[in-house]
Amino acid sequence: MKHYLAGLLFALASITAPAFAQGLDVGLVTGNDAALPIAVVPMEYQGSSAKPDTDVASVIRADLDRSGQFRSLAEKNIVEHPQSGADMKYPTWRLLKQDYVLVGRVLDSSDGGYRVEFELFDIAKQQRILGLAMTGRPQAMRDVAHQIADQVYEKITGVRGAFWTRIAYVTATGSGANSQYALMVADADGVNPQVVVKSKEPLLSPAWSPDGRKLAYVSFERGNGSVYIQDIGTGAREVIAAFKGINGAPAFSADGKRIALSLSKSGNPEIYVMDLASKQLTQVTNHYSIDTEPAWLPDGNLAFTSDRGGKPQIYVVSPNGGEPTRLTFQGQYNARVTVSYDGKKFAMAQGNGNVYRIALLDRSLGGSGRWQTLSPGNLDESPSFAPNASMVLYAAREGGRGVLYSVSADPSSRARQRLVLADGDVREPAWGPYRQR
Amino acid sequence: MNTNKTLLLMAVACIALAGCTKKNVKEEGPGSGTSMPPSAMTSPIGSSMGGRYTPADLETDSCLRQRVVYFDFDQDTLKPEFQAIVACHAKYLMDRPMARVNLEGNADERGSREYNRGLGERRGNAVMGAVRGSGASGSQMEVISYGEERPVCTESNEDCWSKNRRVEIVYTVK
Repeated sequence: MKHYLAGLLFALASITAPAFAQGLDVGLVTGNDAALPIAVVPMEYQGSSAKPDTDVASVIRADLDRSGQFRSLAEKNIVEHPQSGADMKYPTWRLLKQDYVLVGRVLDSSDGGYRVEFELFDIAKQQRILGLAMTGRPQAMRDVAHQIADQVYEKITGVRGAFWTRIAYVTATGSGANSQYALMVADADGVNPQVVVKSKEPLLSPAWSPDGRKLAYVSFERGNGSVYIQDIGTGAREVIAAFKGINGAPAFSADGKRIALSLSKSGNPEIYVMDLASKQLTQVTNHYSIDTEPAWLPDGNLAFTSDRGGKPQIYVVSPNGGEPTRLTFQGQYNARVTVSYDGKKFAMAQGNGNVYRIALLDRSLGGSGRWQTLSPGNLDESPSFAPNASMVLYAAREGGRGVLYSVSADPSSRARQRLVLADGDVREPAWGPYRQR
Repeated sequence: MNTNKTLLLMAVACIALAGCTKKNVKEEGPGSGTSMPPSAMTSPIGSSMGGRYTPADLETDSCLRQRVVYFDFDQDTLKPEFQAIVACHAKYLMDRPMARVNLEGNADERGSREYNRGLGERRGNAVMGAVRGSGASGSQMEVISYGEERPVCTESNEDCWSKNRRVEIVYTVK
């Protein structure tokens, strides 16, 4: 764990965040009895200027709870407030049935920001298992908190945390001539929403570049839907596909040099791969069915939706073409697959009768895999894995409007959290890659 | 619903309309209803039948004023009751070679958005095939699919869904 050397200072990129007021309204829907109990002790400000606006401990608590793998002790039940290892009394935390305790303190940093020193304790072993410090600008303290949560998560689970990531999604307000669509980017917990692009015409299918700097998406602003790639930082954008017919479902390859698309310029939707430098297209599928929603597998192959068998199902094909192999044999309707980083888990929108839910096909143990249902709604769609595959973000309809949920990818956890915009419809979520420090 | 009868009707429709696509026999979706949206009805082609249509007829002719074709769930088969609409718009396009239409394909909200774009396109193609089958030139028509992005009704029930599964015939040049 070279990148987590104790005492390492993290100089955080400046994040100029607009007000949190438009943030996604969060509330944990269900929890998990098997989750690991952890106490995140409030982190006192011990500096000499103004204390940070961000309650670092509560952001960490919310992150860990949302994963479904942890159950944080409610702040009112935290009876002792150690600020460092010297203050730790293990028997107290054993009595409170906590497996882990995170303590920390917020200090002033020399560059005008804050420095958070934190320590993680294993109560059963009576050991400090992590001790680090991080600095951040005053307006970036949520980023610091998410990175601390990531380190706690990795130390305990052995899997890299994905709390310090971003999500993209589409909002829609108004109707008819007053429709307004916006492609948004926010922190993974829904806070800090920022507009990437606005349009009077529909926007859909956002896809992140692997470096997290660009989004590909479909916009109908030219009449027919075209595929754009936009730099999130500069706003610069280009049209990469505006052929006759459908231009849709963009998905960047792992190296960011190619993009898979669904184009119907030949008369019906087929999967293509475009080399982004030359814009040269390679046709991957050739069938009269609807072939769309390509997703890259870590081995370089593509999973996609096709109704070549009568109903939409997921198939896998080489980007060089050839005969696709059918992946899904359960569920009347399977579409919009998202693939875990290791290529072993596939989440998709599964329809049975009038009910559409997020289904998980887990092939970790080999064979044809195990199926689980991750969501309880009736019109759930657009799943998107977190980069560590611990959670899935998806779109649902509730009370006549679109909302987003994050759900643990561990079906036994059932932890789900709603991320709802204050008004309008929220849809088409896409979980971004790990951020670069 | 009597499935055999439905299939027979579809088969008849396919024979009648040269533009049927390859997937004309599909399982009826479990949620698909039998209700017919209001504007779908057979009506005689207007008074201009003997002569040539003019742009004014688009606003006055009882057939030309109908510009929406509805579909069953996950289907792109043109239903026989829309034959009259197809025929009068085909005649209009033949009478007015400079006229152009967009065939805007739409789907209901169920299922994935990109797949629904494909479904909307198929429906647009089905209408285009039928209009061509009635004699109009394909060069006068362009299919645009909006998938589920432009619902005319936003509730999550079959009544709404049936109104959204449609192709709108939009004249860009009259």
